[in-house]
Amino acid sequence: MKIIVCISHVPDTTSKINFTEENTKFDRNGVQFVINPNDEFGLTRAMWFKEKQGASVDVINVGLSDTESTLRKALAIGADKAIRIDMSPENGYNVATQLASYIKSGNYDLVIAGRESIDYNGGMVPGMIAALNNSNFINNCISLDIEGAKVTAAREIDGGRETIESSTPLVIGAQKGLVEESDLRIPNMRGIMMARKKQLEVIPAIESINQTNSIKFEKPIPKGEVTLVSADNLDELINLLHNEAKVI
Amino acid sequence: MAILVYTESEQGKFKKIAFEVASYARAIADDNNTTVTAVCINAESPMDLESYGVDKILNISSPDLTTFNALSYSQSILQAAENEKSNIVVISSSADSRYLAPLLAVKLNAGYVSNACELPSSYKPLTIKRTAFTNKAFENVQVNTENVLISLAKNSFSINEVKSSTSVEEFSVTIVENDTKVISVEKATDKVTIADADTVVSAGRGLKGPENWGMIEELAEVLGAATACSKPVSDLGWRPHGEHVGQTGKPVATNLYIAIGISGAIQHLAGINSSKVKVVINTDPDAPFFKAADYGVVGDAFEVVPELINKLKTFKAQN
Repeated sequence: MKIIVCISHVPDTTSKINFTEENTKFDRNGVQFVINPNDEFGLTRAMWFKEKQGASVDVINVGLSDTESTLRKALAIGADKAIRIDMSPENGYNVATQLASYIKSGNYDLVIAGRESIDYNGGMVPGMIAALNNSNFINNCISLDIEGAKVTAAREIDGGRETIESSTPLVIGAQKGLVEESDLRIPNMRGIMMARKKQLEVIPAIESINQTNSIKFEKPIPKGEVTLVSADNLDELINLLHNEAKVI
Repeated sequence: MAILVYTESEQGKFKKIAFEVASYARAIADDNNTTVTAVCINAESPMDLESYGVDKILNISSPDLTTFNALSYSQSILQAAENEKSNIVVISSSADSRYLAPLLAVKLNAGYVSNACELPSSYKPLTIKRTAFTNKAFENVQVNTENVLISLAKNSFSINEVKSSTSVEEFSVTIVENDTKVISVEKATDKVTIADADTVVSAGRGLKGPENWGMIEELAEVLGAATACSKPVSDLGWRPHGEHVGQTGKPVATNLYIAIGISGAIQHLAGINSSKVKVVINTDPDAPFFKAADYGVVGDAFEVVPELINKLKTFKAQN
């Protein structure tokens, strides 16, 4: 089985979000970048396929050279080979067209991408790869088994789960539940040393259209002070929620 | 040229978000002096939409579309958009809509804006505000394509009741069979889901153990709310993953969010930022949640919650 995991290079979940250049660019100053958590759940599942079913696992990213540290981390976790498509992505469609083109030429059985990146939250890339390459697609994937070309998976739906059968070639939108938080792997020294010797191929971007452009960012309006209510006076809380906030 | 809106139903009944997206599409149509066409799939009473400014309904009834299938549904909406020559297609941000959206966007050759939270600020070119960085910021996006697909963030546009003279047209679609099939669905039918709820009652590690969730469920029941939890609680296996709220879990955009025994990690606060009114109950007055909340009670959940339940029952009986 040939697997490729799409890796997005995103600010750590604890990052303070700021913008520069008159709020047109994300401020990278002091921000630590990590593997997008939804991609990392997928990468861990891919490692299990490698260990139990002998799958090969490539990782791929669309980005400039600063994203290579994130790809190296994926290699240290156990991926076999990394590919970086050399461009600064403008939007999800941009990324998806680049990835789809490479993936198509590589004949992968399984494409794993996080259901969304935690920075732009587009939720576009896995579905668009599937649409561009006419592959099957399961989003919000929380369980996945593959035997030959037969796929059994589960998708998280609002308020429950559904069991799905499908076939390869398949794209999944990965998320927590596919593996547990405690299953995630921290690269060990041996992994890090081996990662240095693994191939990190840099390939040029293909031409692609910018369907959308980001023009300006805004931060939410700072919130006012909290209104504290004494634990002995919960009638007051009910009164405020009913008459002031009008939510009950 | 009509604005096309996909109005979702479940078991034949329109979801509340169907009326949100219909109202939103109506406002876009008014900005552009055009009409609204809704497409619905196996809805029992499509005419329910006439109160929300819809001019025309394309009603698809097909046994092949009984269970949700992202590809088949995206093909159906695509054919409706082609039929109406729609340049702007509006959908919700439900799990199903966001599943089919990228498939639809590619086939429609449309720039796709997910999590839109306002009406477009201009139309030529179309520019629109969306939430990003898990609600820690907004992004204004310009769409360069002729066709646009917009998914509207939940609870970001008010339902607006406007009576229209609505016509219904039976619409048949051609579905290309695909390999992805739903075998079974597990869903608690007696519980309000986080996606549909107006109120969410959420609890954290302050509850000390899964055996103490009875009072959380009772409070949720009194309020007609869904239950949710913090990340540590779902990681510990006290509650199912589907209830985990935050950056790697679910975003919650409700009218009222009540957090009990949750300290308020930055990832959790990001996940609930779009909720309108936030209440925190926590023993620690220095818990970060108090900075993000509108109302706060410093107190022990094991004392405050049962008392709040009693008082709410009295309140509900009187109102």
